[in-house]
Amino acid sequence: MSEQVVTRYKVSERANHWVTAISFILLAASGLALFHPAFFFMNNLLGGGTWSRILHPFIGVVMVVSFFIFATQLWSQNKITAADREWQKHLGDILCNKATQLPEIGKYNIGQKYLFWILVITIALLLVSGVVMWQPWFTPIFPIVLVRLASLVHAIAGFIAILAIIVHIYSAYWVKGSVRGMTRGTVTAAWAKHHHPGWYKDISKGNR
Amino acid sequence: MALQSLDIKARSATTTPSPAVRGEAIKVAKLIDISKCIGCKACQVACMEWNDLRDEVGTNAGTYDNPRDLTDQSWTVMRFAEVEVQAGKLEWLIRKDGCMHCADPGCLKACPAPGAIVQYTNGIVDFHEENCIGCGYCITGCPFNIPRISKKDGKAYKCTLCSDRVAVGMEPACVKTCPTGAILFGSKDDMIHHAEGRITDLKERGYQNAGLYDPSGVGGTHVMYVLQHADQPGLYNNLPKDPHISPMVSLWKGVTKPLASFALGLAVFAGFFHYVTSGPNEVKDEEHTS
Repeated sequence: MSEQVVTRYKVSERANHWVTAISFILLAASGLALFHPAFFFMNNLLGGGTWSRILHPFIGVVMVVSFFIFATQLWSQNKITAADREWQKHLGDILCNKATQLPEIGKYNIGQKYLFWILVITIALLLVSGVVMWQPWFTPIFPIVLVRLASLVHAIAGFIAILAIIVHIYSAYWVKGSVRGMTRGTVTAAWAKHHHPGWYKDISKGNR
Repeated sequence: MALQSLDIKARSATTTPSPAVRGEAIKVAKLIDISKCIGCKACQVACMEWNDLRDEVGTNAGTYDNPRDLTDQSWTVMRFAEVEVQAGKLEWLIRKDGCMHCADPGCLKACPAPGAIVQYTNGIVDFHEENCIGCGYCITGCPFNIPRISKKDGKAYKCTLCSDRVAVGMEPACVKTCPTGAILFGSKDDMIHHAEGRITDLKERGYQNAGLYDPSGVGGTHVMYVLQHADQPGLYNNLPKDPHISPMVSLWKGVTKPLASFALGLAVFAGFFHYVTSGPNEVKDEEHTS
């Protein structure tokens, strides 16, 4: 007998997520290559230093478009509520897998919501600063002070985004049963009830 | 191309030591005496000849500056300024612009491509274009606005101080060709000594503020100017008074990067150790039955 499942992500959401994710990996690798010499070998992923420099901004545009369509789809579900703040107080127990009696949270927990807003802000900053740094097309039209500021902002925003994504990838691996939500689009009803009871109630009502 | 006869002191984006067995070389410098320059542009021609560069023929924009700016094909440009430092006394200040070969080069600090920018032990800062990826960070890092990216190949170019000539004991092409002796080349100590004599002479002739331009903000430079008005370098087509690597570039390229890299590595390890100590977050079997 197959287990009862519920839909977590539509096809269009999954497609946008993975376009964003693949772009992000390519951008992080080629970006880190220029961030510190220890990572310079990563430029080989895009075919060497010069190819990385040429391709990185174009991939960036693909990611920005895909990410912001995706973010629009998820926007309303990511507003932080009182239940989320209550849930956050149990974070220590949750991380130790000892949590019981958690507040009823919706489709996303507060960690996921923080990730969402961190990415909205950092990707917006990466877009603006990235355009200013884009050689040879756009950099020459900006004053040098702005180019220097953009370089600094790009590095900081990139660092924060990569750090957030490391946490995101680990969380998906740690919380068993999550990955299939983004690969197949469905999660088990038990998973939904356990991790996102408020959301499960909503969709159950909708189904009846 | 790395020159066997020139040892390397620093390489861009490299965290290990540079080849250094031969020890310190004599520091070289080019001294440009603006008070002797007649603006003939023979140095520009010599630079084109030796380095085999041919810029596009531009248009006259109403000044003697030709070409108007440094380009990938023009590594040195005469910049003409008509100023009245004293009312009624017109002065024609002509500055040969080009790479200053800083002791603390902002281009090298900013460059992310290993070995694309090198600093020789003799002080020359050189671009090795075969390693250049064309990101333009050298322009972002330069306090003098010198490097230019070529539209032809996307690589950055600038004055090499004729490192290939210096490597075999010759002076730079511009020095060799200067008809008035306004450009000199030798050890940095000798050039400073020579400049002192020139400055004394200029002061005797009424240029009270004559002086040497060897800005300490970038650790000194291996291209120095004798200025009639050293108190106002801005007169010479905006030569910066106190050039230094921008604090934004220092922060962007300084200690924050190894720290941030360490933090990323730490985050990955923290995840791994969290998993092996706390275990996965699973939905219990009994919850599945409902």
